Amino acid sequence: MKNSKIKLMQGNEACVEGAIAAGMKFYGGYPITPSTEIAEFSAIKLPLVGGKFIQMEDEIAGIAAAIGGSLAGLKSMTATSGPGFSLKQENLGYAAIAEIPLVIVNVQRGGPSTGLPTAPAQADVMQAKWGTHGDHPTIALSPSSVKETFDLTVRAFNLAEKYRTPVIILTDEIVGHMREKIEIPDASELEIIDRKRPGNNEENYMPYRVREGELVPPMAAYGDGYRFHVTGLMHDETGFPSNSSENAEKLLDRLMEKIDNNLDDIIEYEEYMVEDAEIVVISYGSTARSAKSAIKQLRSQGIKVGLFRPITVWPFPEERVYELSQKVKSIVVAEMNLGQIVLEVERIVKGNCEIALVGKANGEVITPEEIVNKLKEVL
Amino acid sequence: MAKQTEIRLTGSGGQGLILAGIILAESAILKGENAVQSQSYGPEARGGASKAEVIISKEEIDFPKVGKADIMLALTQVALDKYANTLKSEGLLVVDSSINVPEDLNVKNIVSIPILNTASEVIGKTMVANIVALGAIQELTDIVSKEYLEEAVLSRVPRGTEELNKRALQEGYNLVK
Repeated sequence: MKNSKIKLMQGNEACVEGAIAAGMKFYGGYPITPSTEIAEFSAIKLPLVGGKFIQMEDEIAGIAAAIGGSLAGLKSMTATSGPGFSLKQENLGYAAIAEIPLVIVNVQRGGPSTGLPTAPAQADVMQAKWGTHGDHPTIALSPSSVKETFDLTVRAFNLAEKYRTPVIILTDEIVGHMREKIEIPDASELEIIDRKRPGNNEENYMPYRVREGELVPPMAAYGDGYRFHVTGLMHDETGFPSNSSENAEKLLDRLMEKIDNNLDDIIEYEEYMVEDAEIVVISYGSTARSAKSAIKQLRSQGIKVGLFRPITVWPFPEERVYELSQKVKSIVVAEMNLGQIVLEVERIVKGNCEIALVGKANGEVITPEEIVNKLKEVL
Repeated sequence: MAKQTEIRLTGSGGQGLILAGIILAESAILKGENAVQSQSYGPEARGGASKAEVIISKEEIDFPKVGKADIMLALTQVALDKYANTLKSEGLLVVDSSINVPEDLNVKNIVSIPILNTASEVIGKTMVANIVALGAIQELTDIVSKEYLEEAVLSRVPRGTEELNKRALQEGYNLVK
């Protein structure tokens, strides 16, 4: 091979390659279609880098083990699909309030319930944000290709470490299972972020005390020598439970501000031919590929359409979508569900332009033709 | 739209069609082109009709699924009956000679060759039918190149079966020479 770094690789495998490149040292999970290859490749790869893989007794234990791995100081990941993502919700909330860096991959399949195990869907988008109870910060990234699955897995670990928070990778059966060309970057080309730790022998270490002007507390690992308490209850700087409403408000504000004050760092999106577009398609994950194909077809006929692809789905790129809504005649949202992100777009756009949906939830992909037809209807 | 070649490999589960798809996509990448390979799972994973899809292009490949194929392989009657209408009328159909091709099938190029028989009788291993088929498709279309196809075959087949698979490729070329 001319360049041995160029490979034909499956999306799920690229996820594991990205995780290893980012420094993953622990995987706890329970295999489920169409995410199983992530568990399989993790089981193969982790021992080679001194990491540990464990298949737990169920989905709940899978994420619980990953939380434990992270508390012990290892970059940890778990992967699942719809039914497992539902089961993991309680511990997702736990990781949010206890500020555990963690990557959770959801290779979306048709739901609800066990639904269509082998078919693609994008119907867990709202669940990713609201599935666990209570107000909490959410970061979710959605790759459209095998290469981007690698890149976003690295990024997910970086964001998890930087903000001490769980990060969700919302991919889908299409991107997870397809194979395409990928060039694995050199380790030296990658920016890798590690969690901030307390200094050696830091006197009076408190696990949730933030330094002046910062929002993310340094995190000691169990085994480092610091003794501390971790809980899903509202807690103060010591990590012990507190029922004080004043403290609860302060903690929740800080959890939200970690994300809300850093939107520029967290939000990524791609724009394709939006400059002079009269209609913009908003689409993400594998469906964005159909949208791009549709846009190329219509552009060749001189029709002014463009693509806005959120790469960070949560927090949603609200500011940019609002700007676009002031310029375009219509926005068409294409997603493999019966209308989820379209609700977010409607909320943001506040009636500035027309909004239409190409939604589908029967286990089949949205084809470029379906998007072309909707765009012609809207024109 | 980018000029791209869309290939659908069909037959029954267990015939190695997904591996054939992976090999084809990998040889295109070795050649420096883009390729996407996708597959269908579900009840059809064993027996019944199974398919693997590959798109090869010099340009970026957006939609990763094959619509109307340019090239289709059918190794079983069930698969041909199920997928015959998913081939372009100006496309190429490669079928095993044990299959009855409907007379009214509107496909310009139909090549009927003894793929399964070559694998089982000439080489003596039914399991290399997928590689025989790839050899025949390469010889008919020059879709990748013999060099890269062989490299991809050797990198993807189980260790110890390299010679067997090289022979299978050669027999595939010979079938349509």
